Amino acid sequence: MPDVISPPPAPPQTPRPEKTNRIGLTIDAYKGAESTLCSGCGHDSITSQIIKACYDLGIQPHSVAKLSGIGCSSKTPAYFLNKAHGFNAVHGRMPAVATGVNLANHKLNVIGVSGDGDTASIGMGQFVHMVRRNAKIVYIIENNGVYGLTKGQFSATADMGSGSKKGDVNEMIPIDCCGLALELGCTFVARSFSADMKQLLALLKAAMHHNGTAVLDVVSPCVTFNNHEGSTKSYKYAKDHELALHDIDFIEHFEPQAPVDLPAGEVRDIELHDGSHVRLRKIGEDYDPTDRQAAVMSIEKSRREQLFLTGLLYLDKTRRPFSEQLNVVEAPLATLPVDQIRPPRKALEEIMSTLT
Amino acid sequence: MSSTLAAQPIKSAQKPAVLPIINDFSIQVATANGSGSQSSNNVLMRSIFQMGIPVSGKNLFPSNIQGLPTWFTIRASKDGYVSRKKEIDILVCMNPETAVDDVKALDPGTVCIYDAPLRLNKLRTDVMFFEIPFARLAAAIPDTEARIRKLLANMCYVGVLAELLQIEFPEIEKALAKQFKGKAKAVGINVLAAKAGMDYARENLPKLEKFRVQRMDKTAGKIIIEGNAAAAIGCLFGGCTVVGWYPITPSSSLVESLIPLARKYRMDPVTGKATFAIVQAEDELASLGIVLGAGWAGARAMTSTAGPGISLMNEFIGLSYYAEIPAVIMNVQRVGPSTGLPTRTYQGDLLSCAFASHGDTKHIMLLPGSVQECYEMSVESFELSEQFQTVIFVMLDLDLGMNNWMADPFSYPEKPISRGKVLNAEQLETLKQAGKVFERYRDVDGDGIPYRTLPGTEHPMAAYFTRGSGHNEKAQYSEKPDDYVNNVNRLARKFETARKHVPQPFVTGDESAEIGLIAFGSTHSPMPEAIDQLTGLGIKTEYLRIRAYPFAEAIEQFIAKKKRIYVIEQNRDAQMLQLLKLDITPELITKLRSVLHYNGLPIDARSIIDEIVKQERL
Repeated sequence: MPDVISPPPAPPQTPRPEKTNRIGLTIDAYKGAESTLCSGCGHDSITSQIIKACYDLGIQPHSVAKLSGIGCSSKTPAYFLNKAHGFNAVHGRMPAVATGVNLANHKLNVIGVSGDGDTASIGMGQFVHMVRRNAKIVYIIENNGVYGLTKGQFSATADMGSGSKKGDVNEMIPIDCCGLALELGCTFVARSFSADMKQLLALLKAAMHHNGTAVLDVVSPCVTFNNHEGSTKSYKYAKDHELALHDIDFIEHFEPQAPVDLPAGEVRDIELHDGSHVRLRKIGEDYDPTDRQAAVMSIEKSRREQLFLTGLLYLDKTRRPFSEQLNVVEAPLATLPVDQIRPPRKALEEIMSTLT
Repeated sequence: MSSTLAAQPIKSAQKPAVLPIINDFSIQVATANGSGSQSSNNVLMRSIFQMGIPVSGKNLFPSNIQGLPTWFTIRASKDGYVSRKKEIDILVCMNPETAVDDVKALDPGTVCIYDAPLRLNKLRTDVMFFEIPFARLAAAIPDTEARIRKLLANMCYVGVLAELLQIEFPEIEKALAKQFKGKAKAVGINVLAAKAGMDYARENLPKLEKFRVQRMDKTAGKIIIEGNAAAAIGCLFGGCTVVGWYPITPSSSLVESLIPLARKYRMDPVTGKATFAIVQAEDELASLGIVLGAGWAGARAMTSTAGPGISLMNEFIGLSYYAEIPAVIMNVQRVGPSTGLPTRTYQGDLLSCAFASHGDTKHIMLLPGSVQECYEMSVESFELSEQFQTVIFVMLDLDLGMNNWMADPFSYPEKPISRGKVLNAEQLETLKQAGKVFERYRDVDGDGIPYRTLPGTEHPMAAYFTRGSGHNEKAQYSEKPDDYVNNVNRLARKFETARKHVPQPFVTGDESAEIGLIAFGSTHSPMPEAIDQLTGLGIKTEYLRIRAYPFAEAIEQFIAKKKRIYVIEQNRDAQMLQLLKLDITPELITKLRSVLHYNGLPIDARSIIDEIVKQERL
């Protein structure tokens, strides 16, 4: 206890300058409480990449609102960005709360973390309608095909034929959240794998710069209940079956454009609304993420081939975000001055005169 | 048609009263839903209102768009009694489907105006029948299509009633101009239709000597409005900024009244952009979710619903309570779940709202008893929601919300908007300089109400994590028994603080009376009439109107000083009485008696009087 025993005086030393980002913050400023998830949980890797993405982008921690539903995934907002307001909502209902936050203050960077049960089972209705509205929300599905907190029941994303730890086999058709989001006209659809850190980081950064709802489905193995032989959401299965569409980089609008030294046709640059870029390097077949029909077909093809397709599946920059659809003023509604939220006396008199 | 079809006051019908009854009668118009009768009824009601006579209108309608029977009741009352009158004085039968039953149910001596083909005069000899060839009258109006003529037939009965009751025709014309918003063609043909009815009545019917109107001066400067529209105006002036809602009868017209008001009065004059956001969500769960998200982020937010929506919102209601997020829920009460009479009125959600959600929860409810209070309490609900950082229910019902009521014009809120205990970056810095910290759920002031910060606040102390009931004063997750108890006890203290800040009850009547009456919400409307008549019967009473839950201390004091208390309400299970029982000293409970009305029709004075007389004479 420092009050009782004084520590020995520290030897004189030259402090090493701590590494900071473009707004002068260290990576520690983006960290949260220590995770209480199982050691090796995919969700912790995603948390790390969220921290890194926010650090790299130089986002002000207080400009973020982090929300979640219920489940293991939904505990994670406590583990990143301690200096951001957090909101643990009710099971499957975070999309509505996130929408309300966005409406009250569309300047906030809203990050919603959900799971496969929270999204594809109990929260399906809310997920669907959030996508339709296109509010500026980064919506991350930490997808392990299983309910962790209630000990291993299948979720709606569990693949057909996948076996549970107890030996049951799932006979139902899985819900593919990316396929569904595409069908609903989602403006940013991506899939990744929690162990594919480089890809995940680039996709997170791109999602945070997207001016609309960005759905990021991340396969994130559950080491306790769904990492065994026969599971299709285990680390091994995911590694063996991942098919990346492209190598992806995210380039901030303030960063210098690195010269492209690859032959034409090998690289696709997509400029986002704020001048930042997503740079996609071809791996196998050419893939155009602005072609919705091609995206749907690619997902269907990968399903038939029992591969799990990762990368930026679809991007639509043309649809307006929800606050623009509603023609909302530039200033956050939450902090409008009082005289802007209560009309003047003469307005009431005018209304009354129509009722006499 | 020959004039022999004209009125046939039946030989055995009651003799006309020597003196006509002036400005005191009810008219019931029976039509089919979607036949355009709403316009006619509004015009009729408004023209009586314009003659200075207190008037109210009630629409008893089915859950249907077109074809099912609907009844509209207009009551004119020189004494200003505005509730439904149980007895019908004048019936207008336009609907073949219900005409026979409607006539059979009349009291002897009632006036019945009917559409000629219905031949209702054969049914009874003790009703005063007036037969009108409505189709023929409408057909004579030039330049109209068949579809329009059907609607015009309804305007003809307005003219017939104007002649029989001596409503001044210029007032009908004025009301028509208002109804059709000055659209020349629509006004023109409707004036012709009303005139046709009037002329026919003058030339063919005998004088109605039993009832008539006479100009008064009791409506000067008054307005006519539905409670839902009044609540919408309250939301507008209460600073409501974000709305999440889902259509449900009978609350839909609340938000639909708010939308055009917001589009007119909540636009930035420079940019033409909206300073509000109204979202029709996918269901009631999402509606309240949006409200909580917005309230948490700092915008005044509201949803409007009815009982089935409240059921769906329960989990979020509990989250609002425990996470302490401001929210306003307008609950326009109605009967039952599923297809359970959604178009009938009820005060059936008192208990389900008072204790909505799981764990120990209790909520503030405001109980407007008039359209004026629908407005005032809506304004107040936003103040209270931010002051107490919790959900506030405003408990309207179908009768109050969807029917027409006369009122004085609403006053501009004199109390400035207060955003409650919100700390901004500068205030946090002051705290920090003083060596203090911000703890989200700490009772700093001893009133149970903690301080909050809004997301986006640029200060290293601002952020906190919001979750359900399992947290300590610092908003950290905790399952420690002491932390839980500490938190729920503070919430109980907060509720006690609210007792003093919610609208206090109104007490009127004879202070020395042994009998106390307690009513609330739309049950208030027949109370002045019931009290006057009870006094006439020698039953003296003092009347307390409850305006909010938690109950003010004055309510228990009122119960304590009376021998017997009648709690009058519109539900089967005496929900208000049950709530009172939970709150008051046990010895006082035996004083409470119930007067219950729960058939879905708005409560009337006659039913209250009969029940109290019965219980008093036992």
